[in-house]
Amino acid sequence: MKVSLKGVRGSIPTTGAETSYFGGHTSCVTVEEKGWLLVLDGGSGMQNVRLPDKSTKRVDILLTHLHLDHLQGLGFFRPLFDPSMEVHIWAPASATQSLHSRISRYLSPPLFPVLIRELPCKLTMHDIANSNFEIGPFTIDSRYVIHPGPTIGYRIRVQDTVLAYIPDHEPALGPGGIINDKKWISGFDLAYRADLLLHDGQYTEEEYKSRNGWGHSGMEDSIKLALFSEVKRLLLTHHDPSHTDTQLNEIYSGLLRNYGNRLSFDMAREGMDIELV
Amino acid sequence: MAAYEIEIILNRQLADCLSIPVFITDTSGNLIFYNEPAEKILGSRFEDTGEMTVETWSTIFKPLDEQGKTLPPDGLPLVKTLGDQHPHHKTFWIESLIGKMEKISVTSYPIIGRTGKFLGAVAIFWESEDV
Repeated sequence: MKVSLKGVRGSIPTTGAETSYFGGHTSCVTVEEKGWLLVLDGGSGMQNVRLPDKSTKRVDILLTHLHLDHLQGLGFFRPLFDPSMEVHIWAPASATQSLHSRISRYLSPPLFPVLIRELPCKLTMHDIANSNFEIGPFTIDSRYVIHPGPTIGYRIRVQDTVLAYIPDHEPALGPGGIINDKKWISGFDLAYRADLLLHDGQYTEEEYKSRNGWGHSGMEDSIKLALFSEVKRLLLTHHDPSHTDTQLNEIYSGLLRNYGNRLSFDMAREGMDIELV
Repeated sequence: MAAYEIEIILNRQLADCLSIPVFITDTSGNLIFYNEPAEKILGSRFEDTGEMTVETWSTIFKPLDEQGKTLPPDGLPLVKTLGDQHPHHKTFWIESLIGKMEKISVTSYPIIGRTGKFLGAVAIFWESEDV
């Protein structure tokens, strides 16, 4: 399973010299296996997604939720405009509106010039919830996680290799933070013993104190979740747009001093390719 | 071991912020969480007891009517919510841990998630002021 990070920034794209190392594109990750392609989220990093090869005629886009930083690249995704392509979009169900209806609010004027019904590809939308499904060689679990609006995380498995993807998540929401009991931790089932966990790490612990309820994690809470879940490796992603490369490196050094002997972790960086076996 | 659904987790986190007693059960009525104000009613701490089966925690209360007669479980709000997945409310008496009669109001509501699945129930105890 090849995991490629196309966008690791949260909230809004941040292009510039100060963010060029970790990257400024918003959330998008590709997962490839045996010619099959999953695209996790459709942030601005989606413009850098390429098909595995010319014979690829199906793409599956798995959205965690429909906030703009996870959707803004969708309208520019070339396979949508290719009549020979089969595109599936999987995203969390809402209690009130279909996925098609909610995505149409973005893919329609005045926000976008092209309507969904005008897209020439063979498009199928899947409203999912706490679901289990298979796409080619991938076995996928989705579970609702704590974040404003319907939001899910994914657990993607190929044989015994597991990738967990929870880029927008606030498991510490509440007066006492993360509850020290595995049954009471949002996202635990998704992350449990994953080979790689890509998890929200938008804020420092200090920043999180004034952003409680905004739907994102303090980095130390993400590390705590990873430790609870016994993951093999954690990548902190969804970097805050205000964090420069210099700041992220400094923050990482501090975290490494405190947790480096207990957990393998790193800051996610745009352009990273990881082969999970 | 499966974690609870986030609707349950968020109800617990909310209960943790409140000054009124809150009890959270699973769909079978097993007590899976109670907050600090509820600890005074139960006479035990959640940290000590952990979750309690419906058989255990339902015997702690003695619900009584105005004449002091024992109320059947089927008439209690939480039991009704677990049965029909609707909110309920009732004012009645309970015998406290020290044998004192206390008039209380109980409001219960079902936890039904985004998918429409019934996940559990919450009971809130109000100290009745119209004694």
